[in-house]
Amino acid sequence: MNEVVLRSILDGVVVTAEVVTLAILVAAPLALTVALARVSRFKLVRGAALVYVEFLRGTSALVQLFWVYFVLPELGFAISAFVAGFVVLGVNASAYAAEVIRGAILAVPRPQLEAAGVLGLSTTTTMSRVVLPQAWPVMLPALGNVAIDVLKASALVSLITVSDFTREVTRWATTGVIDVTLAFSLLLVGYLLLSVPITWGGHLLEKRSRRHLSTFGEG
Amino acid sequence: MDLDYLQSVFPELLGGLRVTVVATLLGAAIALVLGLLIACVQVFRVPVVHQVVTVLVLAIRNTPLLAQLFFMYYVLPRYGIRFDAFTIGALALGLHFSCYAAQALKGGFLAVPKGQWEACQVLGLGNLTTLRSVVLPQALPPVIPTLTNLLISMFKDSAVLYAITIMELLGTTRNLASTSFQYTTLFTAMGLMYLVIALPASIGVRRYERRLNDRTVRA
Repeated sequence: MNEVVLRSILDGVVVTAEVVTLAILVAAPLALTVALARVSRFKLVRGAALVYVEFLRGTSALVQLFWVYFVLPELGFAISAFVAGFVVLGVNASAYAAEVIRGAILAVPRPQLEAAGVLGLSTTTTMSRVVLPQAWPVMLPALGNVAIDVLKASALVSLITVSDFTREVTRWATTGVIDVTLAFSLLLVGYLLLSVPITWGGHLLEKRSRRHLSTFGEG
Repeated sequence: MDLDYLQSVFPELLGGLRVTVVATLLGAAIALVLGLLIACVQVFRVPVVHQVVTVLVLAIRNTPLLAQLFFMYYVLPRYGIRFDAFTIGALALGLHFSCYAAQALKGGFLAVPKGQWEACQVLGLGNLTTLRSVVLPQALPPVIPTLTNLLISMFKDSAVLYAITIMELLGTTRNLASTSFQYTTLFTAMGLMYLVIALPASIGVRRYERRLNDRTVRA
């Protein structure tokens, strides 16, 4: 494997890491907003959030990538493959993450809400100071899975011409520059290695999130 | 949207959808059989095999389906394992989702009380009979919603098969678009076709799940 090939594959790894990071940054605020909308008092807000979630979960990230990449330019929005890639992956993941956050919010015991109400806390304060801090450790493991799914889905951007890890490896392997067995083994091992920091980060956050929590029975 | 054009190519899109559905069903059959095998290995803790399978499952779950698909498509023929693209596609789908199916099935198995096994032993039933006539009928119904959700995911994710030249729904759409340039019409129609099947299916699963929960709560 010569230097040019190695360099291009490493560049691909960097692009994959960028796509995943940016997608997660797009997904996080969207997911929180949609999750809060899903538990809103207002029926219209709840309905809109439900439509958002169902639409995005009704088709795959790949189909959405193709739609955005090929249809938006026809409608007059020129968009680069890279931007289309991380935005679509982020928006897609936000629908799954929103459902996770919503589940965690609903898992917070009701008396907590009633107590906050009795104390005269506003809805915003109740949410940000009482509900979300307790929902946070509950949602983390499942959010970690969503992050891994983003990494896995990021390979799809190679199909809309983004030069990510998958595209670079496939390019050299299918043109016979590097051995296919070596290339695709490297590809699988590479993704496995990329998933390690995500898993670790998730565990670290989980540990940190339980720092100040004491539950009955343990510590 | 150009409806006249859409009408003229609709039979071709339906043909693509048929390929998608057949690949999904084949993949599902493979995933179910493999998933059951994996679950059994894990539940009975078959020595050595159990450890190997656990590592493999982890590796498959943390790498992209697309990378696995490329691996099987390009590398297997090198070692004399030759299948047509469609078979490879169904196998890759089946293998990928078997790891998720195994987890669900394992949960189902573990939920069957140990006493059931012991009772069967006392009655002198063979291991296989016990599994088939006593354990599976109790283990399967609670995991049907999860398995159906996996089936829906597989249906949506099968769009990646287009990457190894299979003319399923996405491939057919892409092909038609490359000659007619009717991107908006074609890709919107394709998205709706996925949606029309996946959306009611997942709503149905949720209804069934709610009914199942009601029943267990009442019992």
